[in-house]
Amino acid sequence: MLEMQGITKRFPGVVANEDVDFTVLPGQVHTLLGENGAGKSTLVKILYGLYHPDEGSITFEGSPVNIYSPSVAIRTGIGMIHQHFMLVDTLTVAENVALGLGKPLGLANLQPIRRRIREVSEEFGLHVDPDTYIWQMAVGERQRAEILKALYRNVRLLVLDEPTAVLTPPEVTDLFVTLRQLTADGRGLVFISHKLNEVMEISDEITVLRDGKVSGRTTPAESSRESLAMMMVGRPVEFTRTIADQTPGEPKLEVQNLRVRGDRGELAVHDVNIDVRAGEIVGIVGVSGNGQRELAEAIIGLREIESGQVNVDGDPVKTPTPKHVRAMGLAYVPEERMKYGSIGDFTVAENLILVDYDQAPYVRNGLLSFNSIEERSEQLVGDYSIRTPNTSTLTRKLSGGNIQKVVIAREFSGGAETLLVAQPTRGIDIGAAEYIHEQLLIQRSQGKAILLISEDLDEVMALSDRLVVMYEGSVMGRVSREEATIEQVGLLMSGVGELEISPVAG
Amino acid sequence: MLKMTDNQQRFSAGLDIGRLLRPFAGLVVPAAAVIAALAVGAILLGVFGANPLTGYRALLSGAFGGPDELAATALKSIPLMLVGVGICIAFRTGVINIGGEGQIIMGAIVATLVALALPDVPRPILVPLVMIAGGVGGGIWGAIPGALKAYSGVNEILSTIMMNIIAGFFMSFLLEDWLIEPGAIRIQQTKRLSQNADLPILPGGTRLHLGIVVALIVAILGYLLLFRSSLGMRLRAVGHNPHASRAAGMKVEMSITQALAFSGACAGIAGAVLVFGSESHRLIGEGGPLAFTQSAGFNGIVTALFGGLHPLFTVLSSYLFGGMLAGGISLQRVVQVPQALVIALNGVVVVFVVGSLKLRARVQRWAEGDIQMEDRA
Repeated sequence: MLEMQGITKRFPGVVANEDVDFTVLPGQVHTLLGENGAGKSTLVKILYGLYHPDEGSITFEGSPVNIYSPSVAIRTGIGMIHQHFMLVDTLTVAENVALGLGKPLGLANLQPIRRRIREVSEEFGLHVDPDTYIWQMAVGERQRAEILKALYRNVRLLVLDEPTAVLTPPEVTDLFVTLRQLTADGRGLVFISHKLNEVMEISDEITVLRDGKVSGRTTPAESSRESLAMMMVGRPVEFTRTIADQTPGEPKLEVQNLRVRGDRGELAVHDVNIDVRAGEIVGIVGVSGNGQRELAEAIIGLREIESGQVNVDGDPVKTPTPKHVRAMGLAYVPEERMKYGSIGDFTVAENLILVDYDQAPYVRNGLLSFNSIEERSEQLVGDYSIRTPNTSTLTRKLSGGNIQKVVIAREFSGGAETLLVAQPTRGIDIGAAEYIHEQLLIQRSQGKAILLISEDLDEVMALSDRLVVMYEGSVMGRVSREEATIEQVGLLMSGVGELEISPVAG
Repeated sequence: MLKMTDNQQRFSAGLDIGRLLRPFAGLVVPAAAVIAALAVGAILLGVFGANPLTGYRALLSGAFGGPDELAATALKSIPLMLVGVGICIAFRTGVINIGGEGQIIMGAIVATLVALALPDVPRPILVPLVMIAGGVGGGIWGAIPGALKAYSGVNEILSTIMMNIIAGFFMSFLLEDWLIEPGAIRIQQTKRLSQNADLPILPGGTRLHLGIVVALIVAILGYLLLFRSSLGMRLRAVGHNPHASRAAGMKVEMSITQALAFSGACAGIAGAVLVFGSESHRLIGEGGPLAFTQSAGFNGIVTALFGGLHPLFTVLSSYLFGGMLAGGISLQRVVQVPQALVIALNGVVVVFVVGSLKLRARVQRWAEGDIQMEDRA
């Protein structure tokens, strides 16, 4: 169906793709696997007409094609679901589809478009209503709307760029059902991911890229998570972690009967009680949008608390502002490292002292001491293996994993005894995620109290001493690590049965 | 991470050009914009029957032709420098300050009041005092829309423009009644202010006065504030990303208010310079607020943008813009075109320069090899 042969793409200073061959058969899910920067995105951008290859040829359905723009790609029959959805929030699904057809909105007759959306939606079980506004839809629904938009244009090869990065386990399951329906219809799929479990589950064939070159071709039957990771990273990767037994100490962070309102005034956090003791990791799991974000923001002082109390190191928080809460001994790794965690247009050094910028020795008599800042940031770049040309590189130029390491380095090295860590590994490569997990366990062994909020169930189950499951703003259940199983936790996450599986303190 | 080999470098022809241009990347586009604007201006001059070459020669010699011309250009550029430095501070904090006009006026009024109240204070004290008074007046006039934006979400573009109008009418009001020169009828001006407040003329035989030194000091202080102090780091952090700044524990609302206060203070000092460095040594409202401010509250935005929002480069761009203003007068005299045409010529330059800013950013990033790195992620 698709044959890309000898694709080479050079950018000044780097070869993003070098002699890459890539073939997709009809009815097949072909996974492109690789770390960030391995060249996956470049390859599919070439396929979608966003880049032009320096060398190589593309054949689609038997005939050579010259895809010089995305609109040519769509006309050829190639569609793409971007990681960041290309939908206008304030329009309905039908209007978004009409927009993609290139007709002026005011003139387009939406009636036939609506009808056809319903047909397509039914055919593939997408459950997309043409008249729903995008802003009303959950992330999973938006993604289905994107897929529908592509199918509406009768795309025969669909590229999905990290489609599961934004989804929760149940949504991923739903997505895979949809994908299977598409392949059953004879369409070809290019699936991009670096989550090995998913890749093993959905792929028919796997092509692994490393440093712009194909480092392996295999199928799930012939490979294992370990062998795939080896091909991706170029060295063996440790999946199972041994967590040392240690007795937790004093409570460091106590959340009592906390009620918090969300952005639209709804009750987002509902009488939540959590405490975290020194030397333990308490993991909060839940489907995205069940109050975890609001909980974290309320604890650090970014969001108003309606009622209830937060104690840090035994003292109640009286002035709930990030500055004050941080001064009480809480460090905060926010979710969305580029929006809340770091300043992209600041240098690595500046981001590393973003919290302590007004403290000695970084400032003397109001003036920044560049020597101290440089010394400190050199040390942190070394200690946390941050891969950057130097400390005066703009942070946005780093890979996602290294940006996250900058945030982690800043927050973990500040001397705070309690760490509030939200979505620390979302969207970053295996190597960096592995590294951050290690750092969390090191902090635990040093007696820090860690509240870990994550939508990655595997991650929370692997690292936490205790799990707290949140659903619609309330605590659905508390489980100790020994007793937790994915099935039980998954059920609690979907709000099934409010059971205290094991009445552990928490 | 990116690995570079000799082999790969040879493939990338684009990089070598970028390398050569890199130090000049920030200058190429604005220079081209000015040239393009002057080309359009040449057509305008031609339409009016004037020889563009003669005109531009007159413009150049009027701006930079000799000591007196250089001094005249410097005098025109002082308020632009001061307002421009303030604009650097505000814009880098993510606050759009269109209120320079009003801040100049309020600075001038407060400085005038101080000079009227303390006419007998010795000159070495009174001169700094009226400059500080100008800063305080402008600073307060800036802090008001700053606080309104920070704590109530009032759009600062609208509020600062409104504050301009209020300041303009307030000046008219004062000069028609309370502050009007005793015995004068219907001329909106104060009496000649205390000589102890006059900005001293610098040695060298030109009309250039101490205001240029004040402007340079403010520019250096502005640079130190923005790029060398922890306060400036906070302001720039808020300007780049208020969310991350807040999460890191920075006070976002206070930063926004401070930025507009500093910005207004710089403009207010410009107001004081316009009063005490003027030939008549008084506050004059005749001809409307724009006649008093010389539109520096608006043109300072242009010079700050032209200077890449860097206080020290803003000094340079302000001087060049001052040359346009000073040279425009001699252009008008030599080729005999209406004054409106000279103003239009300035306008064309402003439009081209402001319009080219986005392109400049792109060229700079391209020269740094940045665009490709981003795309590869």
